[in-house]
Amino acid sequence: MTVYAAPGTPESIITFKSRYDHWIGGEWVAPVKGMYFEDITPVTGKPFAEVARGTAEDIEAALDAAHKAAPAWGRTSTTERASILNAIADVIDANREVLAVAETWDNGKAIREPLNADLPLAADHFRYFASAIRAQDGDFQEMDGTMTAYQYHEPLGVVGQIIPWNFPILMAVWKLAPALAAGNAVVLKPAEQTPVSILVLMELIGDILPPGVVNVVNGFGVEAGKPLASSNRIRKIAFTGETTTGRLILQYASANIIPATLELGGKSPNVFFADVADKNDSFYDKAQEGFTLFAFNQGEVCTCPSRALIEKPIYDSFLGDAIERTRKAVQGNPLDTDTQVGAQASNDQLEKILSYIDIGTQEGAKLLLGGERADLGGELSGGYYVQPTIFEGNNRMRLFQEEIFGPVVAVTSFDGYDDAISIANDTLYGLGAGVWSRNGNVAYRAGRDIQAGRVWVNNYHAYPAGAAFGGYKSSGIGRENNKLALSHYQQTKNLLVSYSEEPLGFF
Amino acid sequence: MVYESRVTIAGESVSRVALSDEAAALLRRLWTIHGPLMFHQSGGCCDGSSPMCFPVGDFQTSSHDVLLGRFDLAEDGPDAMPIEFWMSREQFDYWSHTHLTVDVVRGRGSGFSVEAPEGVRFLIRSRLMDSAMPFV
Repeated sequence: MTVYAAPGTPESIITFKSRYDHWIGGEWVAPVKGMYFEDITPVTGKPFAEVARGTAEDIEAALDAAHKAAPAWGRTSTTERASILNAIADVIDANREVLAVAETWDNGKAIREPLNADLPLAADHFRYFASAIRAQDGDFQEMDGTMTAYQYHEPLGVVGQIIPWNFPILMAVWKLAPALAAGNAVVLKPAEQTPVSILVLMELIGDILPPGVVNVVNGFGVEAGKPLASSNRIRKIAFTGETTTGRLILQYASANIIPATLELGGKSPNVFFADVADKNDSFYDKAQEGFTLFAFNQGEVCTCPSRALIEKPIYDSFLGDAIERTRKAVQGNPLDTDTQVGAQASNDQLEKILSYIDIGTQEGAKLLLGGERADLGGELSGGYYVQPTIFEGNNRMRLFQEEIFGPVVAVTSFDGYDDAISIANDTLYGLGAGVWSRNGNVAYRAGRDIQAGRVWVNNYHAYPAGAAFGGYKSSGIGRENNKLALSHYQQTKNLLVSYSEEPLGFF
Repeated sequence: MVYESRVTIAGESVSRVALSDEAAALLRRLWTIHGPLMFHQSGGCCDGSSPMCFPVGDFQTSSHDVLLGRFDLAEDGPDAMPIEFWMSREQFDYWSHTHLTVDVVRGRGSGFSVEAPEGVRFLIRSRLMDSAMPFV
């Protein structure tokens, strides 16, 4: 067990600056309008740094820097770009603990997650795309004996990326790694709830990248995100967030005729077939853990397995065991490596979760565990903690249909395979799903029949680089985490070459 | 006190959406900064399941959206201050049994919604509708 010292105390391994500016053109740049906002740690609910409050003027400055850097960066060899991405990965590995404390302090998550998941995955993600760009071939087609069509991958140029607050560093890396590998320059806007940890990363990797290749502008969505997303100086916009803003971004993209990739959340079903309980063995234990993963990252995951569907013959016993399993989840100081459930990322997130617990009760859902704000005492009393919460109800309830983004699972039963698939697919979303069965054929068919971009079969919440990730239905457009993402950041150049001296003969 | 919206769904006679006092006061203040405003209720993900407030004309609604209600924020002034509240039709299919009240809480960030720089954000509080369709 390790308890990392809180930032601001003498023993802390990180000292935050009192004020963070924008990172533009390879240097720290004060916001044009001179405004800053407070960054609050959800661990205690108290502010710990001031952050530049960007406006359209700052976005323009960042776009200037990106446009200046893009041509040369786009011409670097893939060998060189891969080597830079690998160097970034090494720096992330070497600074894992510092970055983890920064991430926990900014976001509230239990530190075992950034230590063991977010940051190792971020480093590996850079390495994956370093490899992918090296291995990517163009192609050609011989049209006839004297004509050949060559297809080249070219960078788009300058792209915009808007990052969510649930995995501030990892979600930024999911977007940065393919964009940079493909040779683009980036203007990135972090979430205003978690603006600092990505800047701590930039402090560490800033001098590895040529100036202007990555520019970070903080600020509010309406003041900084909108001018970025609606700019006619970007060739692509990538966004992770919710449906209404996703639609708005598509509208801006349509005005500029540029592509947009969107990751818009989900309401992921986690389906447990009866044979899971055939034996009380390690696999049963794994499935129980799979249920409890709804509380992973405080439920603030787009793929949170927030609807548990349990087959009728095992419903009572499996759910009973799962409640006991969840009851043991350790909620506490997010800087303690033994803590399993930390703080929600912001006060409004806390309020929203509590509002859903309220409507769930009104709708007649039965509260089986939790259901309240947790007061952890002392300094943590002001933080934003919610007890892991289990509701039982039916799929028409709003608890089952809306992404709460908190440690709340809605549980129901199903009667046979067809009922399972019907309930699983009765949702607006299609980002993630889980299927648990000892029967490979059932698991395979269910995995194919559920309309979601990622179906975990006999596991959940793994995000290895290489496994394509993205949504069906209202969960978005595009894929990340896989070499397919390169195509979202590349233009196709076709050279159609004649190797003949003969005229066409038309004129 | 809450402000109930005027009914805008054909065949219905009961308000589906309301504003808390604080929400109405905040909207009047935001109106002076951004001009005419509207809401679109979002679904999904980080800042989702929240009423997003935009300058009128910024967000394009379509025939696949439902107008749940319309408010007039003008107190005694000569000019009307209409605010419409929209939701996608597919989302409404799952929400239609609940009445929504737009409230305000302390907060930070909410997509491109205009209230975020004020250090607050709009939040939906829900209750079950008193009667089943058609509310006549």
